Amino acid sequence: MDIYLTLIQLLDSTVRLATPLLLACLAGLYSERAGIFDIGLEGKMLAAAFFSAAIAAMTGSVWIGLLAGIASSMVLSAIHGVASITFRGNQLISGVAINFLAAGMTVLIAQAWFQQGGRTPSLFGGGRFEPITLPFAEALQDVPFLGPLYYELISGHSILVYAAFAAVPLTWWLLFRTRFGLRLRAVGENPAAVDTAGVSVVGLRFAAVGICGLLCGIAGAYLSTALQAGFVKDMAAGRGFIALAALIFAKWRPWHALYATLLFGLFGALETRPDVIEGLTGMKVQGQLLAALPYVMTVIILAGFVGKAIPPRAGGEPYVKER
Amino acid sequence: MDVMPKWAEIVLVPLISLLLAAVLSALVILAIGEDPVAAVKLMVNGALGSSYGWGYTLYYATNFMFTGLAVAIAFHARMFNIGGEGQAALGGLGVALVCLYIPWPHWSLALIGAAVGAAIFGAAWAAIPAYLQAKRGSHIVITTIMFNFIAASVLNYVLVNLLRPAGQMDPATARFPEAVHLPTLHDILAPIGINFSKAAPANVSLLLAVAACVFLWVLIWRTRLGYEIRAYGQSEPAAEYAGISPVKIIMVSMLISGALAGMMATNNVMGEAERLVLNSVEGAGFIGIAVALMGRSHPFGVFLAAILFGFLYQGGAELALWTSIPRELIVVIQALVILFTGALDNMVRMPLESIFLAARRRTPPKPERKEG
Repeated sequence: MDIYLTLIQLLDSTVRLATPLLLACLAGLYSERAGIFDIGLEGKMLAAAFFSAAIAAMTGSVWIGLLAGIASSMVLSAIHGVASITFRGNQLISGVAINFLAAGMTVLIAQAWFQQGGRTPSLFGGGRFEPITLPFAEALQDVPFLGPLYYELISGHSILVYAAFAAVPLTWWLLFRTRFGLRLRAVGENPAAVDTAGVSVVGLRFAAVGICGLLCGIAGAYLSTALQAGFVKDMAAGRGFIALAALIFAKWRPWHALYATLLFGLFGALETRPDVIEGLTGMKVQGQLLAALPYVMTVIILAGFVGKAIPPRAGGEPYVKER
Repeated sequence: MDVMPKWAEIVLVPLISLLLAAVLSALVILAIGEDPVAAVKLMVNGALGSSYGWGYTLYYATNFMFTGLAVAIAFHARMFNIGGEGQAALGGLGVALVCLYIPWPHWSLALIGAAVGAAIFGAAWAAIPAYLQAKRGSHIVITTIMFNFIAASVLNYVLVNLLRPAGQMDPATARFPEAVHLPTLHDILAPIGINFSKAAPANVSLLLAVAACVFLWVLIWRTRLGYEIRAYGQSEPAAEYAGISPVKIIMVSMLISGALAGMMATNNVMGEAERLVLNSVEGAGFIGIAVALMGRSHPFGVFLAAILFGFLYQGGAELALWTSIPRELIVVIQALVILFTGALDNMVRMPLESIFLAARRRTPPKPERKEG
């Protein structure tokens, strides 16, 4: 039973750590399926994390904070869209610029607003997303086996976690069962065909980039208002890039994105609990190895040694109508 | 095809982009309630007003020259090397091993040895993404990003478990021996009667960086290999048709790129810290992107852009010291430079092109008029 409880706690923190990755990964999914590479996920998350925490701290309402976070992330998305769709600039360079813009701006504004060395005040009460206890969770807590599972693992997360998990089937449905989804995928594979059919390539791509901004906004808000209580400098800490890695891992498919981010979440959870690995396998595993594992695995997948990851065909290429 | 004259293409477009970035930066400073004019004055004074300031400006510029050149050579082959950070970190490992385990008689020999070590380690770290791109078609941007993170983990492991002297707490190597200390600009300039600040870290690596600029110019514009790299960058199918091997170009240009990024470590690890610490690169690998974009991937442009960024870095440090504007202002300026000179390039070019077109239509060619 003791091992069982440890395992559940481990999975619980897996879910917590996987949530921002999942949201950012789905964000990248929309964008890249529409043919716009986005290595600015990290920057958008960071900006959203800051603005949601800052506005939540000033208004005392986490929901207004969430809206502010989403808005800031969507502004960065709009910059990315203007650069890479309207002006046909290099999408990768634009993404790099967005990451730097967010990294610098958040600290700059945080210092100007709060004078706390680039962080926001700690959030409490209505300024945070509190865990939700699902119905009967406490009553069923003592039921053997299933009780703790329901109480610890399934219940007791913030609403954004449930929203993130709900976004997976929603994304699948939107992409593979609606006309919008069909067109969005087509614009990432063959924009000329979509254009010939009389559908606006620019409009679809901006829509995809917009959805990407929305989801990155929620991911960032989760970091600073649910996972932690407040913004600290550089708090995205490479999660945007892990989400990008997960996206490649998932081969640009929604359900696989869920599995990939849960796997990477598990690595993250194990990194903080080296004792668990030692207890389970009897081996001492270096924390640095666990930290590097998602990246190493992504490189191996990308190299096509374990299944080939083929990105959307028109990805990274600006669409020129007159060609 | 060429709507604009050459001078407009290589001077006017980047200049306007830079101006836009500067104006926006000034607005940012205004928005956080500070005075942009005073800020600029403070930065100029702090970075260029004394030999101490110059010493720091040139020290940073040396770093950025190496990483800027690294990004630039990859750009010429139409590749985007985001891995400068990791390659420079591994270059630092190369420098540390060379300096710690080989008993050098004189710093000049040690510098050559360290530069070779750094270049080999940096190139090796770039070789894997390059090979995967060339042979297996994995996207070099994604793999080099991943390799930055892997490099951080590798270095963390090596410093904590292998190179840390017994009894020391922080993850760093031992100090390098006295014999490998590089002469600073003070040491170099004192014999010819110039009293350069002793405290500033600018050192003889600066000359190595300048030599690297010259080397790259010769390589790209005066050798067969450079011609092949540029041809491949202009059009892959055409280059392939002309018998240029894509695998060779990708490998060679990325190896040179990684070697240049790695050689940055001669400046920061060997010339300044004199031991290898975690995160010794401090983002210089990424600044190389802005430097290469602003310098239009030309070695001389990279040289100028590196000095400008050195100025920004040192000026920003002074700003953070004397005002409440944090150092991150530089990151914002850097972002704006990358955005305007890299991604929003067409935003500046498109209207300029139409202006030049209109001007050309309005003034008919002169000789014809004389005839009439």
